[in-house]
Amino acid sequence: MTAFVSLDGVRKQWSHTVTIGPVSLEIARGEIVALLGPSGSGKTTVLRLLAGFELPDAGRLAIEGEDVTALPPARRRCGMVFQHYALFPHLDVGDNVGFGLDRLDREGRDRKIAASLELVDLAGFERRKPHELSGGQQQRVALARALAPEPRVLLLDEPLSNLDPSLRERTRRELHALIKRVGITTLFVTHEQEEAFDLGDRVAVLSRGRLDQVGTPDDLYERPASLFVATFVGRANVLRGATARALGGSDGRVLVVRPEQLRFADGGLPGLVRERRYTGAAAFYQVETEHGDRLEVLGDPAAARMGDRVYLQAGTVMTFAEGRE
Amino acid sequence: MSPPSRALAPRAALALLLAWLALYPMLVVVAEAAKSDAVGAFVSRPGEWGALWASVWISLASVALAAAVGVPLAFLFEWLEFPGRKTLGSLIALPAVLPPFVGVIAFLFLYGESGFAARAVQAVLGLERAPWRLQGASAILLVHAYSMYVYFYLFTRAGLAQLDESLIEAAQALGAGRWETLSRVTLPLLRPGLAGAALLVFMTALGSFSAPYVFGGGFRVMTTQIVATKLNGELSLAMVETVALALVAVAGLAVLRRTEGDDVLTALGKGTARRRRAIRRPSVRRLATAAGWLLTVLLLLPHLTLAVVSLVPYGSWTTEAVPPVLSLVNYQRLFGEPERLRPLVNSLWMAGLSTLAAVALALAAGALVGRRRPAQLRGPIESLIALPWAIPGTVFAVALAATFSVYSPLTLRWILVGTVVLLPLAYLVRSLPVTGRAVLAAYRQLDPALEEAAASLGAGRWGVFRRVTLPLLKPALTAGASLAFVAALGDFVTSIVLYTYDNRPISIEIMSSLRVSELGVAAAFGVILMVVSAVVLGLGARR
Repeated sequence: MTAFVSLDGVRKQWSHTVTIGPVSLEIARGEIVALLGPSGSGKTTVLRLLAGFELPDAGRLAIEGEDVTALPPARRRCGMVFQHYALFPHLDVGDNVGFGLDRLDREGRDRKIAASLELVDLAGFERRKPHELSGGQQQRVALARALAPEPRVLLLDEPLSNLDPSLRERTRRELHALIKRVGITTLFVTHEQEEAFDLGDRVAVLSRGRLDQVGTPDDLYERPASLFVATFVGRANVLRGATARALGGSDGRVLVVRPEQLRFADGGLPGLVRERRYTGAAAFYQVETEHGDRLEVLGDPAAARMGDRVYLQAGTVMTFAEGRE
Repeated sequence: MSPPSRALAPRAALALLLAWLALYPMLVVVAEAAKSDAVGAFVSRPGEWGALWASVWISLASVALAAAVGVPLAFLFEWLEFPGRKTLGSLIALPAVLPPFVGVIAFLFLYGESGFAARAVQAVLGLERAPWRLQGASAILLVHAYSMYVYFYLFTRAGLAQLDESLIEAAQALGAGRWETLSRVTLPLLRPGLAGAALLVFMTALGSFSAPYVFGGGFRVMTTQIVATKLNGELSLAMVETVALALVAVAGLAVLRRTEGDDVLTALGKGTARRRRAIRRPSVRRLATAAGWLLTVLLLLPHLTLAVVSLVPYGSWTTEAVPPVLSLVNYQRLFGEPERLRPLVNSLWMAGLSTLAAVALALAAGALVGRRRPAQLRGPIESLIALPWAIPGTVFAVALAATFSVYSPLTLRWILVGTVVLLPLAYLVRSLPVTGRAVLAAYRQLDPALEEAAASLGAGRWGVFRRVTLPLLKPALTAGASLAFVAALGDFVTSIVLYTYDNRPISIEIMSSLRVSELGVAAAFGVILMVVSAVVLGLGARR
């Protein structure tokens, strides 16, 4: 893979106890990479380091083979969409989108503004003020503004977090289609696994300032590199001790099994169904073992009822060394 | 009776009372100016036009100078981190504590012809005479810049603190450099605050009386011109001048209000304030710290000067560069002789009483039209409360004197000139905008559900007010009251027009002490005024 964007051993120290990195990551031309992690994991810092709003204490950043580590944000040619969009309230939509288009003459600028707004399906919105727009429209203006100067890289900071939940799924699909149509290399930050899986060609999982794993969604779910990734990405039962041994684990290792990899059988690990949560096509069961552990099982809605005594068998299980979570 | 009409009667009464206090005297002065033949005299005398023009350009220049000092300081203290930033940042607002007249005499003692600075230069260079005279337009502008940059400083800092940092970052990501970001994003976003500060400075400078009175010399602005004309006995001419100045004030207000604009300039998201940048290079940091402290000393010098001069016994300081004797004798005489203590007592009771009355009127206005739901007569009541702010003190004082020098109960005019009540009445009306604004704003923030909750728990009307409304209004009340009290305590501009011997306030006593060269006594009064003001403002700002 030839890297279009590369972060090489980038490190930022906030205080004695809080350090981000070293982070190394390569992004191919036209690829969409999601930075996924819990709050405080440093994902926004990584984004801001690439945009140039923070300067790294160590490491090197390159775009298109050009070292941009010391370049000010204005000269990196990264388009950024901020979490709260940061639309200039004193300018109308057209002037917001045209803000980065100074080098064009008036006519070229107007044409580019119109084309950018067309791209996000807001043709004719030039003279509106930002506060007259709905949340979804503001997000699209922010996107049009970032894309208008034809940046090399598009950076998105929690692009959907400010939208109504009902709007999010549709916006996500539209965003994906748009990025692919433009063909721009994209890095975006999110704390929602579903968003990362849906939008990202690859997903980079951050935990406490470090990259735990970078891979396709399938990779992360089926072959997590660490206990953290296994539990942060998707639902997981984390088991230790006797219950773990009963499902094929060994001493000193943590066993992780996904709910859909557990099934009710005639023999195996005995337990009592404590809860049943019906979701339509399937049901989640909470099964309590005799050691007091609770396991989540995904199964057929008719497989068991509350209070049933059941036996569990496991399909694929994953084991990890006990250590940092 | 239906609820609206029952509520209308007290509102109408309040509106009429406020109109009689704030608007009626202005109408009287306009009417009397119009019917006299002094208009012709005003129009034909070049001196009058000169004074009017001087008022306008001095005010505009004051705005420019105050902005030139205050805005960069605000950026420095809001965006950079250096040793001593916090202490300096609050000390820097100190000139606001100095009542205008006290500030002026402190400047006189410090930079005047026989002030400390002039004497020091004279001694160092071995000159026979004082190296400069602090007089004319430049002296007035110096004092204005010193006392009024605080408005720009505070407004700009507040604006910067609210500024969403991601807007600046967005501009940079779109390719804007440092200066471009400043001119295309930061300054446009600060515009409402800057316009507000410009308006405040312009109105304050236009109504400024102390500085032109003490330093003007032959240079007349309209405020000093009015008082001089009145002292000359040309009463009808003084009225015409008063109306002319009032018109300029109203015009300035209208023009500047327009530049404030009505755009929604708040960011849409919650946004984060900018992190302060630490100055990294040690040499630059030392320089910034040194400059900061130097600035503070410069700002504090007038206060210090006043304190030192107050310790100089009468006649003991003649040609020396520094006073040879320092003692507390001025304070002893001040507190020991009842006749000398009188002005202090006068100022305290007049400021106290007028503030109480202004707070009571503000509360009445708040209770009647302050709540969020629509109320009849809200517009007129709010306008009448704000009106005195737009009228220079001299103008209002002349208007009051004109109105209450006639016995005509049918037109609501009585003879109050020469009595002790006219001056506190003037203080009261001049306090209305500040107490009214504070109380009305607090009323608007009041959650109506709180009063409703108290009522549903069985509290009566008075109980709700005493146990819920008043405690919630208290911070705004004390803030407004302390500002009003301090302004009345240090007032010079209305006092010089309306005082009598029996209610002569501190500022007038300072003036007469200066006339007989009792600099020490004048300074001691100034120090007392300064200390009381600082204490009251400190108490008012406490939550």
